[in-house]
Amino acid sequence: MTRSLSASGIAGRVYVGLVLFFLYAPILVMALMSFNASEFYALPFHFTLDWYRKLSGNEQILHAAIRSIGIAIATTILATIIGTMAAIALFRYDFPGKRALQAALFPPIAIPWLITGTSMLVFFFWVGIGRGTPAVLLGHVALALPYVIVVVGARLETFDIQLEEAARSLGASPWRVTWAVTLPWIASGVVAGALFAFAVSFDQFVVSYFLAQPGDATLPVMIYTSIRKGFTPEINAISTIIIVISMAVMLEASRRFRFGGER
Amino acid sequence: MAEVQVRKLTLFYGPMRALDGVTLDFPDGQFFGLLGPSGSGKTTLLRAIAGFLRQQSGEIRIGGEAVENVPVEKRQIGMMFQNYALFPNMSVTKNVAFGLEVRKLPRPEIDRRVGEALELVRLGAFGARRPHELSGGQRQRVALARAIVTRPRVLLLDEPLSALDKALRVDMQIELRRIQREVGITTIFVTHDQEEALTLSDCIGILAEGRLVQAGAPREIYRAPINRFTASFLGEANFLEGEPEATGLRLADGSIAPWPNAAVSERARTMAIRPEAITLTQAKPDAAPQQVAIAGTLEQIVFSGPTATCLAQVGESRFKVLVKNQELARLPASGPVWLSWAADDAITLSS
Repeated sequence: MTRSLSASGIAGRVYVGLVLFFLYAPILVMALMSFNASEFYALPFHFTLDWYRKLSGNEQILHAAIRSIGIAIATTILATIIGTMAAIALFRYDFPGKRALQAALFPPIAIPWLITGTSMLVFFFWVGIGRGTPAVLLGHVALALPYVIVVVGARLETFDIQLEEAARSLGASPWRVTWAVTLPWIASGVVAGALFAFAVSFDQFVVSYFLAQPGDATLPVMIYTSIRKGFTPEINAISTIIIVISMAVMLEASRRFRFGGER
Repeated sequence: MAEVQVRKLTLFYGPMRALDGVTLDFPDGQFFGLLGPSGSGKTTLLRAIAGFLRQQSGEIRIGGEAVENVPVEKRQIGMMFQNYALFPNMSVTKNVAFGLEVRKLPRPEIDRRVGEALELVRLGAFGARRPHELSGGQRQRVALARAIVTRPRVLLLDEPLSALDKALRVDMQIELRRIQREVGITTIFVTHDQEEALTLSDCIGILAEGRLVQAGAPREIYRAPINRFTASFLGEANFLEGEPEATGLRLADGSIAPWPNAAVSERARTMAIRPEAITLTQAKPDAAPQQVAIAGTLEQIVFSGPTATCLAQVGESRFKVLVKNQELARLPASGPVWLSWAADDAITLSS
């Protein structure tokens, strides 16, 4: 006994609509309220850009924002370079321990950030790095690396290794081969990986919370501590800005990298 | 231009012995065909000469120089691949110029040589095109131009025509041969297609299970295969088994197949006769010196245009006889027939 096509179509659409609603409703409300004059989410709605204006005068938030962006850019550069090199090495060579390495690269994505954060904190103190921006940077690069390797690795699966062999037979050194033949092909993967790395770093809260020096916080951490002290709608404003940036980055990344699929 | 020498080359692919003590000479300027079934080691040998694989023991010399420690990019080779391996992000001109740019030749020199190479493969007007805008045959010609423009010492071809359809393949074979003769470069060509090897090569080397079975000029190997494998791999062959005697091979039915005049002193137990050397007749042919005739039953005729292949049962074996179209008229569709050939056309085999 089959349900009629249109009925299940409607049920399906309602279901998806509900899921999207629960995901986005709080965010939309928050974004809306960043434009509302009232401090207390009170209606009626008076449109204002005051909170955004106040934001531009708020030194603390601005410093944190610049620090977040700076760390995200540094993370992106480091993670993309290291991750791309790792992906190419895994693609080209066979070496003892390769299987183990491949298996070890992906669990970090599954480990809860709380655990990663705590263990990194303990480890960095043990090693002498302690808390602070270097620790945050290291932590972010470690978190972003698997994403870059997966994305670049997926692009490499479509790469014909004979192109590299052809280039070498023509006299190109391995470095030249990578630059002139391999990188042009995987460029879209590298860019997608870089965008992922940026998003992972920019949005990172838990690990940053553990590793940042108090007072030298990244933006998500600063927002959290501000809320605990007392809420102002400037938080709404900066949160809305963060969400817009992150969504733009991820949309661009997903244009270049199909999750689990082929182009 | 250089000769290539391989001495006692042994190479393992993991636990598998891909090459087993292969010794072979590739003479300077010759078109050498490496032939063999899948897994015979022919591609392994080619890639070892190129430098992509490292042997466990043995020596490879290019132009007299041992190349064990010379990396691929310094061996001065040119290579063609089955799937063309043209750089997709570069135009035809840039593809062909790649090797010259790597060598940092001056721009005017590069332009001139690229132009010449493209003219040689008859693609002069295609410089601006991208690989994906070319047909299979055109891509292969670009690959050839790219491989020879650097004037390598050796040209290595890894089944470059396998991906082309029949008509195109024949055309490309002719082109390849013409260009190779014109440029005079030592060429090593891997193929599993024996007809291709026969038509293109000055010399053929047959490999099986990592070992060199036989090497020599195509006609020589065809005329005098060393064993059963070579006899049936290069061309087709019918086999007779029996007890060696002074005058010939005594067959199961009691008759004797006389040795060919050029028979070697050891008496072999097997004789091979090529399908085109046998004549089929309905009536028993008159006895003649150095003529062999045996009885058989014609079972099937497979027509293929200018010739037909007749399948006849002779004792325990199935014989293939190549018959010209005109002779078909004199034969029945099936039934008892006589197969005869000149004793000299038989080939004695050691195994």
